[in-house]
Formats: sequence, C-alpha cells, structure tokens
Amino acid sequence: MDLLKFITAGSVDDGKSTLIGRLLYDTNSVLDDQLEAIQRANRKNNDGTLDLAILTDGLKAEREQGITIDVAYKYFQTEKRKFIIADAPGHIQYTRNMVTGASNSDLAIILIDARKGVVEQTRRHSFIVSLLGIPNVLVCVNKMDMVDYDQAVFDKIKTDYERLAQSLRIKQIDYIPVSALKGDNIVTTSINIPWYQGRPLLDFLETVQIDHASDNKQARFPVQWVIRPQTQALHDYRGYAGRVVGGTFEVGDRVVALPSGFSSIVSRIELANNDLNTAPEGASVVIHLADDIDISRGDMLVKQDEQPAVSQRFEAEICWMDTRPLDLNQFYLLQQHGKTAKVKIQDVIYRVNVETLQQSAAAELDLNDIGKIQFKSADPLAFDSYVSNKANGGAILIDLRNNLTVAALMITEPVD
Amino acid sequence: MDYLDHLEAEAIYILREVAGQFEKPALLFSGGKDSITLVHLAEKAFRPGKFPFPLVHIDTGHNFPETIEFRDELVARLGEELIVGYVQESIDTGKVVEQKGKNASRNPLQTVTLLDTIAKHGFDACIGGARRDEEKARAKERIFSVRDEFGQWDPKRQRPELWNIYNGRIHKGENVRVFPISNWTELDVWNYIRRENIKLPSIYFSHERDVITRNGQLMAATEFLNLDHEDVIEYRKVRFRTVGDMTCTAAVPSEAYHIDDIIEEIRLSKISERGARMDDKVSEAAMEDRKKGGYF
Repeated sequence: MDLLKFITAGSVDDGKSTLIGRLLYDTNSVLDDQLEAIQRANRKNNDGTLDLAILTDGLKAEREQGITIDVAYKYFQTEKRKFIIADAPGHIQYTRNMVTGASNSDLAIILIDARKGVVEQTRRHSFIVSLLGIPNVLVCVNKMDMVDYDQAVFDKIKTDYERLAQSLRIKQIDYIPVSALKGDNIVTTSINIPWYQGRPLLDFLETVQIDHASDNKQARFPVQWVIRPQTQALHDYRGYAGRVVGGTFEVGDRVVALPSGFSSIVSRIELANNDLNTAPEGASVVIHLADDIDISRGDMLVKQDEQPAVSQRFEAEICWMDTRPLDLNQFYLLQQHGKTAKVKIQDVIYRVNVETLQQSAAAELDLNDIGKIQFKSADPLAFDSYVSNKANGGAILIDLRNNLTVAALMITEPVD
Repeated sequence: MDYLDHLEAEAIYILREVAGQFEKPALLFSGGKDSITLVHLAEKAFRPGKFPFPLVHIDTGHNFPETIEFRDELVARLGEELIVGYVQESIDTGKVVEQKGKNASRNPLQTVTLLDTIAKHGFDACIGGARRDEEKARAKERIFSVRDEFGQWDPKRQRPELWNIYNGRIHKGENVRVFPISNWTELDVWNYIRRENIKLPSIYFSHERDVITRNGQLMAATEFLNLDHEDVIEYRKVRFRTVGDMTCTAAVPSEAYHIDDIIEEIRLSKISERGARMDDKVSEAAMEDRKKGGYF
C-alpha cells in the first residue's frame, strides 16, 4: 500500500479544519471516544451540526480563538491508500508553520472560499507550494452551498487561479467544487452540483498519481554516523550509516567521498545484518567501502560519474522565518542533512512581492519574506539544485545567537 | 518501498541524527510496545556497534510486574546500559507528594522524576515513542521538540522543521525530546511488530485476571488502586492495549491471543488507543498541559 502526504492550505475561515474533519468523519476515522470529546466540548456550527474543526485544532489557544496556529498531522487510511494530512495555518503570522508542513508534502489542497475568490493568502500559499516544489495542487472551491452551488462562481475562480498559476512551477492542477460543511463532493458525488462531472475529493486523493520526478535523480548518500564496534571480533569493521537521498547505490559502484574527492568502491551494503545488493532512494542502510579513506559525519558519497556541484558559494531562493530580519553582517549556521557550516549572506538579489509576484531589489528580508540570495560558506558544500533533487538541494539557516531556525534555502546554482 | 519500509527508514534516520547531533542522549523506555519498537529500530540503526545512548526508565513503582520482567530480560539480551529513575525516591525526598483518595495515581508525579533524572545525568536529548496519531496535542509536536531549562514545551514557539533537516542546537540546560515514530499509527506499529517478529510483554495479549470497574473502565485489581468495599472484583478475559502504570492503564475485554487477532481487533475498534488512559481524561487539554509541564 502506498502513502500520500498532503497539505491543506487556505485563508483564515476558509474551512480547512472543517474539510479535514469531514474527511476523517466520513471515512470513519473518528472513533467513538473522540466524538464524545467533541460533543462534550459542545462547539456547534450555526445550523446546529457538530463543529468538526475541533478534531484538528489540538491546542487550547487554537480552540479558544478558533484559528489554526501550527501544523497538525492527521492520519487515515482507506482500502486504497494511507494518508498523512498536514493541516497548515492560514494566518499570515504563521506562514513558517505552513512552510514546515509543505516541505514534506506531495500534494497541496488549496482551499478557496467561493464567496471571496482568489485572495492574497491564496497567492502566498500557492507561491510557497510552488517554491517548495510540490508537484500537484488541488484547488477546492469551498462553501459552494453559500453561493447556491452556482457554476459561474466556480468557473470564475478557476479562470483566476489558472492566470495566477501561469507564473508558478506547479506541474498539475485540478479543481473540485465542494462544501466541507455539508459534505458536498467530499466522499460522495454531490447531487447539488450536477454540473460538476469530476470525481469527489476522496476518490481523487485515492487515485491521483504523483509525479515525483525521482526517476533520474543522481545517487547521493550523506553519511550520518560511522559504525566502528572496535571489538575483538569486529576489529576491522567500519560501516558508514546514512540514508540514500536520491538514486540507487549498488555493490560494486565506484564512488567518491565529498568534499575530499577520495574515491573507492562500494564493497557491501547492509541493514541490520542483512546484506543487500542495492539501496534505493529513501533507504537507511550501512555502506562499506573497499578502501580505508577518511569519511565522517557530514561527508557525502556519490557515484563517480554523477557528481553534484561542490562550492563555497551558491545562490538560493529563501524564505525568511524569523521576527529578527536577515542581517548581512551576521554569520549564520547552514544545515544540510547532518552537515553544518558557517555562512555569510553576501547579497539579497531580490525580494518577491507575493501579491503581484514581481521581483524587486531589497536590502534585507523580514519575517515571511521570500526572495533570492547569494551566500558564501566557510567549507565547501555539495549541493544539487532544489528543482532536480529536493532532498539534496534544501538547507536551513540557524541563528547562532539563539539557535532558532530562521530560514529555508532552496539552492538554485553554484557561483564560480 | 512499502510504507512500513518508509516509516522504518525515517525512524532509523532520526535515531542516527540524535547520535550525530547530541553529546549525551538517552532513550526513554517504558516497557510499552512503542518504546520496544524504538529499541528494535535502534538495533537496526547502530548494530553491530553499541547504542550511543542508555535506556532510561522512569519507574513509578506501580508497574505491571510482567513489564519489569520483560525490561530486564531485554536489557540483558541487548547488553546495553539501563538507568532507572524512581518516583519513590522523589516521594521519599519530599520533591513530590503522593496523591490521596480513590483515583490516586503516580502518573503526574513522573514528570518531576523525569526532569530530575535528565538533570542528574545531563541528558541533552531524550528519545521517546510518542506518536502524533495518539492525541491532538501530540499531533502538533515537532519530531525534534525543544524543551526549555524548566523542561517545558512551548507549542506557540516551535521551530520550523523542514524536510528531514532537524535542528537540535540548544543552550546548556535545555533539552530536546525526539520522536522517531511520530508518523506511525497504532496499526503501523502492530503491523511492524508482526513483520519483524518483535517480542512483547504478555499483558498485551488476552489473559485472565482480577479486575474491577472504575469510572467505566476495567482496571487490574491491585493494592495500588486503594480498593474498598465498593469495588467488586471480577475474573475476566482481558488484554492491555497501552501500557503505563497500573493506576492509569485500563484493560479491554479481549479474546486476542495472537498478534493477528490484535491487528484485527484494532482495525475494527471504535475506541481510540488512549481511550483506555485515565491520565488523558482529566480535561480536554490534559496532554497539552502535561507536555507544557515537562511530561514525555
């Protein structure tokens, strides 16, 4: 059985949490004691039905204010698929929490209130979805019941969104008219929307094909930990533990350790005392090499004929996530997998106005700003472009003064 | 890769990140199925080497004897270090006061013992078996969850956590709680236990024992429960779906003797796993409040 990870995003009060509550409820994923808890909390919608948003608003502060502050992860499964939902906040103040949820999602549901149409948050969220390389977007035009299930309203929103999407990097966009509150087109086809010929939401989620673009990724193995038991019986044992973040490694592959550039041959791949012939993308394994070369945590094994850029200077798209603005005079700590290096931001190349998607010159970046920068690292780093390999093209910046994660970087290219 | 392979690979990756990023990590071991699964994953992550952390058990003194027996056998087989923090010690030194009355439990006292044990050994990271599907506050928590020097979780100020990059940098005195099986569901854990043939304490499987009914839940009849004349002891066929100490973990009537029966039972269940936890029933925000106070 396969797994679909998706994020739900939308503006405040678009009904995201209600939509998820509805999906869980209608797939029998809400159990009796959880339902009782909802009934005890006694939160009702205007028409007296149960407010399902309480299923995902897990924090007291969220329930008090009726808003989502941080991502909630919810799990459900049908006969066809397993799902992990990241229910992301819509409020601009919590954009960084949406970025957190988006970074691990394969599909994004963008909710649009039928009465309001495409608004600034729709643009911001769609832009972040595109920036973080989520290949599939499903636009759910919600609250169709409040516009009398009018097809013209749906068509207008679809046209507006298509125009917006022209300037984004989203591979596949689909549209469904729904009412999360009433259950229209969530699990079953709505009789109120006869003009919609497509599938209801759940059917769509169960069958949508995700284009991971992973088929031609190059092989990458960041080393996390060196296993050296140094016991009598295993005196010469030296295994490099890590997770494959692209491509496939095979016993016999000629590999290079980066950044040192030393080369060797994969002599053995194992997982928990089981020898394997290959290690595919995503697998956590232990790799042995034919030669004793100096490799430690933070180094990366790659195939000799498939090498990434190794450089101390890169350009990257950036999402700034801290209340303290980007400081060009400050060193930050960059973290990529288990590799860390001090970096200095040399230049803000541009900032994007997410309302118009126009780029303009900027001297600094503030909370929730998105732009492009150039940075210089104290050590050589091995990056792919984020577009070609998310797992080896992304990094975070840490403020060394307070250890907070302050930015997400999506590498575009090395600078000579 | 199959979804169980995916979950396993993710958990192993997280465990190795803990080893790589921290100086003095620990694995919090309760004797329950989730922490037993964590130990199995740690074997996959670090063998044939030693674990880069000890197992730490916060012992309320009100354990099921089967759990303690299982723990000691497991530790002996692993050849790894076990550190035990005793709630009794916290009571004896006056750091906490035992609850009184019929529903008294040592569960809330554990937090103090846990924080003391962390401070005493200088642990900078504590690996736990909590899952996001268990409870709605847990559904919000990061995989690397930073606690301040008072052990508190601040849900409104969590660090962004992108891709599989985990920022474990902290100041002295703070610590990080790490949850490698955050993305597993109860059913995933059981399917994995079946696939990997992981051994569990016998109380997870159907057996006959003396029970009483309290607040609508079946509790093992034990001296820790302050039994009185109103409590009617019955001999019933039950099993435990979740294992905490004897005062806060309820049994469910069950005929599930084998793991296949258990998986089928959970699939059909209309009650959530933590529905059998008295400690979650205190209030709507019971888990969030305890986490803010430094709980697991």
